[in-house]
Amino acid sequence: MKKELQILAVVVIFTAILYIGVEPFAHSQMHKHVDGDNFSYSDLKENTKQGNAENGKALVMGAGACTGCHGIEAIGHKAPMDAATAVGAYGVNPPDLSTAGALYDAKFLANLIENPAHALKVEHKFDPAKGKMHPMTGFYGAGGDKAQEIADMVAFLKSIAPSEITPKQAYLDACGRCHANRYGKIDQLGETPKFKKETDTLKHKVAVLEYQDKLKAYMGKLPPDLSIIIRARSEHFLETFVENPQSHLEGTSMPRVGLTHDGFEKVKAYLTETGDPSKKHREAIGPWVLLFTLVFTVLAYLWKKQEWRDH
Amino acid sequence: MAHFEKANSIQEWLDQRLAVTTVKKVMALEYWIPKNINFLWAMGMVLAVTFALLTISGIFLLMYYKPDTGLAFDSVNYTIMSEVGFGWLWRHIHGVAASLVFLVIYIHMFTGIYYGSYKKGREMIWLSGMLLFVVFSAEAFSGYMLPWGQMSYWAGMVITNLFEGFSPDIAGGIMNAPGLVEWIRGDYVPGDAFLTRFFMLHVLLLPLVIIGLIGLHFAALRIPHVNNQDGEEIDYDEAAKLYKEGKTKESKVIPFQPVFLSKDVFVLGVYLILFFYLVFYHFNFAMDPVNFDPADGLKTPAHIYPEWYFLWSYEILRPFPKDPGLIAFGFAQVAFFLLPFLDKSDTVAPANRRGLFKYWFWIMLVDMIVLTVMGKLPPTGIWNHIGLVAAVVFIALFVALPWVTKNENKA
Amino acid sequence: MSNRRDFMGLALGGFTALAGGLPALYAMKRSWDPLPSVKAAGFTEVDLSAIPENELVTEKWRGKPIFILKKSADMPQDERDVVAGGARYHVSIGLCTHLGCIPAYFPGETKFKCACHGGEFDASGKNTFGPPPKPLVIPPFKVNGNTIVLGEAGPEYLEMQKSGIA
Repeated sequence: MKKELQILAVVVIFTAILYIGVEPFAHSQMHKHVDGDNFSYSDLKENTKQGNAENGKALVMGAGACTGCHGIEAIGHKAPMDAATAVGAYGVNPPDLSTAGALYDAKFLANLIENPAHALKVEHKFDPAKGKMHPMTGFYGAGGDKAQEIADMVAFLKSIAPSEITPKQAYLDACGRCHANRYGKIDQLGETPKFKKETDTLKHKVAVLEYQDKLKAYMGKLPPDLSIIIRARSEHFLETFVENPQSHLEGTSMPRVGLTHDGFEKVKAYLTETGDPSKKHREAIGPWVLLFTLVFTVLAYLWKKQEWRDH
Repeated sequence: MAHFEKANSIQEWLDQRLAVTTVKKVMALEYWIPKNINFLWAMGMVLAVTFALLTISGIFLLMYYKPDTGLAFDSVNYTIMSEVGFGWLWRHIHGVAASLVFLVIYIHMFTGIYYGSYKKGREMIWLSGMLLFVVFSAEAFSGYMLPWGQMSYWAGMVITNLFEGFSPDIAGGIMNAPGLVEWIRGDYVPGDAFLTRFFMLHVLLLPLVIIGLIGLHFAALRIPHVNNQDGEEIDYDEAAKLYKEGKTKESKVIPFQPVFLSKDVFVLGVYLILFFYLVFYHFNFAMDPVNFDPADGLKTPAHIYPEWYFLWSYEILRPFPKDPGLIAFGFAQVAFFLLPFLDKSDTVAPANRRGLFKYWFWIMLVDMIVLTVMGKLPPTGIWNHIGLVAAVVFIALFVALPWVTKNENKA
Repeated sequence: MSNRRDFMGLALGGFTALAGGLPALYAMKRSWDPLPSVKAAGFTEVDLSAIPENELVTEKWRGKPIFILKKSADMPQDERDVVAGGARYHVSIGLCTHLGCIPAYFPGETKFKCACHGGEFDASGKNTFGPPPKPLVIPPFKVNGNTIVLGEAGPEYLEMQKSGIA
């Protein structure tokens, strides 16, 4: 018995060394560890003003010029261009702002309004000195205290945002304009509708492909479908990547998204829905299967003890 | 027509036609196993059960998998993983079992090397076992192609490219095989033809070969009987007589069924706890994240590596320039087959009692682990150097084996 | 002694079969079940508003053709009719009850004629001539104002089932 345990120890130790070398150790050598910022956006400057939502609304609709490109369904304002036209004009489809106040960090929003390319961390692509302007123009102020005006606009966005956002809505708003999710039946134009006639299905497919072409020209390559990204990358990678794409893929066209920690968790929940839908079932059944194998082993041991008794 | 009397029971009826009782005696009730064994002797059953798990989970995957480069990835990652009832369970079982089967194969193999179970009558067991290893390797490789992820595609690309290594000036040009790589693939690059032929291999041909080889492996085992911890030559007739007389304590043997089987099943239980823990809670080592990116012929992943069980072999290939590397790789595949014939010692005993061979064994084991880990690491800097040393040590160990075993008792 | 041994072996075998084998078989049965996408495709919604009178419309439901015929005022009413949005419709699975061919509709004679063996059905789906043994089968349906959902058993369908019509 003692000998068997010694042999088992040898087998376990060598297997453990093998596993550690091939998995955690090798992976640490292949992928540099990136420390996250916990969605604090510490490189951006604070806006300490107390925002007034009513003033903000006037600015958003007026001098801020937001509604010139952005729709805001929450207050009944439709986007001036449909997705296809917008992507043809700007390269990207300006998002609806109804959920922006809840999904994105307030400090991030303030900086975004003032200097989009800087907040989004795409200055390497959009450098005013080289004559390349970001499609979203920065806010130069409406004649008063610019910081106050910005705070007002952010306050307004926060005031119209819904208190509960579903994971799917978070994905659609924060990611869906660039990243399709075919397992969730989402394409860059939104949730893929079901058509009865084949001609309508094909027409929609063509519209999506044309959108993708324009998006590809704007971004440099087509942003990947995120159906199963939750299994293709580690959770730590996804969190630090969404928080700051440049930290993993230097020079990438993907903007810093600006999600709050909560917003990211919502997006992650949706990615888990499409990419790892069996998770709940797996976690529910796992303990039972292990219990079965444990009882099996105990019964087998008792049987073995009996069989070997007079040997 | 042979003479048949009326049978008096179902047992007798079956015995007259199929010799059921005799078969049961030969295969189970009077198949004598030495008592002097440890849990490592149960690895054979663990392998058989793991192979059964692979087959059964494979059957359900086969119901929904689509062998088409446009459909394969989603048939696995969408249909099977989210639509099919318990599809995710079969897929996880299949992936984890495919990895664990090799862990147990290596444990089983090294047990055989340690106790000298590859010589003095047991050569066919060893050779059929090594053949099983090779066919299982082919089965694993072909299976890995099927999800058609990034790793599937690029592993397929890299491994088939190996055959490009036969340059015109080896062996007077006869090894020159222009278009061999394209012939294997059925196309210029790994594509639909490549996928479907590996599907055929994985699902039909190789499993049949494996089943046949398992039969041969068992047949080769029956006459010599399994080895024991001391390498002692047992008189099975005498031991069997003692046992059947009721002197079970004095006899050196036990019957396979039910005595040895009960120990087998207990070890199996412990293994299954580990197995199912991995299936439910820790499967990423067996289902590499890189393969969850759909195959893209225009984008190579930052790091390509085979599954862990091929890494030692991969690392013997890597440090050398192309042609010597291919020769070293070829040698590594054949080396273990030659073990019974390179070992010039007649002694069947555990390695720790075989003088120099003791050191040979542990150095070999450590070297295989070093090769495996180096094979995973990027081939840069110090890893490259260690890998080269380990590859050379591997070759040297086999070259030195005849000398080591001839002199093991003189140590 | 041997009894104890046999008992443990039996206990192990029994436990494995019951607590392991049965759940495993259940999981295998579930893997064989039709997929959710297949079951979802088992419901088809049909908009009846644009259908003209006495002109056969053929829809698809669960891979089968479905006849929808809007009855004009002069066509005889029948208890087999589906009433929706103020109009009467004949709704049936468009497969001849003889051997499964699709009968053709002749609006001039307001009857279905099957080309395979000459069977005939009237505008309410009742078998009137030839080998068909039964009227055309009425699929499960649910009326939603001006639309019907095929595949869902609404109250009208359940009534028809009770009276043996469906």
